[in-house]
Parts: sequence; C-alpha cells; structure tokens
Amino acid sequence: MSRDLRNPLQRARGLGSAKEGVGHWWNQRLTAIALVFLVLWFVVLVLGLLGHDYQAVRASIARPWNAVLMVAFIVAAFWHAVLGLQVVIEDYVHTRWVEVTSMVVIKLLAVAGVISGVFAVLRIALGS
Amino acid sequence: MAQTTRPLSPHLQIYKWQSQMVTSILHRATGIALAVGSLVILWGVIAISIGPEAWASFHAVAASPLGLVLLFAWTWALWFHFINGIRHLYQDAGAGYAISTFIKASWFSIVGSLVLTLATWAYVFMGGAA
Repeated sequence: MSRDLRNPLQRARGLGSAKEGVGHWWNQRLTAIALVFLVLWFVVLVLGLLGHDYQAVRASIARPWNAVLMVAFIVAAFWHAVLGLQVVIEDYVHTRWVEVTSMVVIKLLAVAGVISGVFAVLRIALGS
Repeated sequence: MAQTTRPLSPHLQIYKWQSQMVTSILHRATGIALAVGSLVILWGVIAISIGPEAWASFHAVAASPLGLVLLFAWTWALWFHFINGIRHLYQDAGAGYAISTFIKASWFSIVGSLVLTLATWAYVFMGGAA
C-alpha cells in the first residue's frame, strides 16, 4: 500500500513529457515539409518521362541527383505514411490487440518497402 | 470501446456538412489512399531495377483503362493532400484561424486540387503519349 496520498494529477505535474511528447507530431511536420518539395520534383520527373522507353526512364533515374532525391522521396513518403496511419489506427481501432497488431504490420511493411525501394534505386544508379 | 455510461458527443450524422469538415475527412482519406499508392510507386521503381520485361508489365497495368482511372484518382488525392497539407502547416504555425479565412482556405484546397489535377492530365494528354 502506497503512502503517497497525492492524487494522480498532482504526482504527474511537473514531470514534463518524458522528452518525446511532441516527437510524433514534429516528425509528421518535418516529413511534410520535405515532401512538399519532393512531391513537386517527383511529379515533374514523371511528367518529363512520359512517352519515353525503358532505357531512357532507367537512365534518368540513374542520374545522381535523381537517384538521391528518389531515395529521399521514398524514405520521407513511407515515414510520413506510417505516422499518419498510426494516428488513424489509434483513433478508430478500439480493440487493443487489433490496434497493436496493425501497428506492427504497418511498421514492418513500411520498413520493408523503404529497404526494397532504396535497394532498387541503388541497383538502377550503380548499374547492376 | 471503453465501457461507459457517461454521455458521448454526437456522431457524424448529427452535424451539418461544412467545407472545413469535408476537407478534414478528405485529408485522412487521401492520406490512406496515398499510403496504398506509395506501394505502386515502389512497384514501378523495383520494376525498373529488374529489367525491361518487368517494366513492360508494370507499364501495361498503369496504362490500362482501370490503371489510368486509378492514376487520375491518385493524382487528385496527391494534389489535395499536398495543398491541404500546406494549409495545415500554415495553421500549425498559428495563422489563418479567423472563421472566414478558415472556410475560404478549405475551399481553396478543394478547388485548387481539382485545378491542379486537370492541369496535370491536360499536360499528360497534350504533352506526351500515355
């Protein structure tokens, strides 16, 4: 039996946010700002490649700037997507085990997506 | 769902539909759609890395009637989430909270996303072959 007679609010007061309080919110905004620019670049790239054959498309992605930005786009997009889907799941899935399971599945899928996407860009850029 | 006998806030159907509410819902919906769409981008990039045949089958699906319809929908989802996302960043900075500004900005997201989508596809059909 605890001898602490303070109520829960009184105990929590002054302890702060355990230093990660706004981490999710902040990362969502940072990736959003990055994606504003990366999405514009991506759309311009895709529109510029319309009607080109396979070799031309591949050669274009292989250019250093495009390869680097493509990696940045993939990482930022998947990161942003996971943070967003997490909020949706937390808001609408009220069965605890379904909530946890879908979070784990989505995070693992996103990591697999990023790794395979980045690997594909490297293969294209480094020509193997 | 937590078991409670406390009163709950009214559910969706009780509210009058407003542009601010629609854009909020659409931001989530388009976000989910874009998350799925990012898997298609992934497919495209991986297909390029594998070779001409993998690319050809990706291209065949993307350029099929259903593929084009989905790409068109995806384009709108992208532009809506893009414009409305910038609007959210602006509001996160604490600006634009006067009610009239707020409503105008929500309409800007709706109309702007439609304009950008049509402009993008006008370019596709006039500029290059699909």
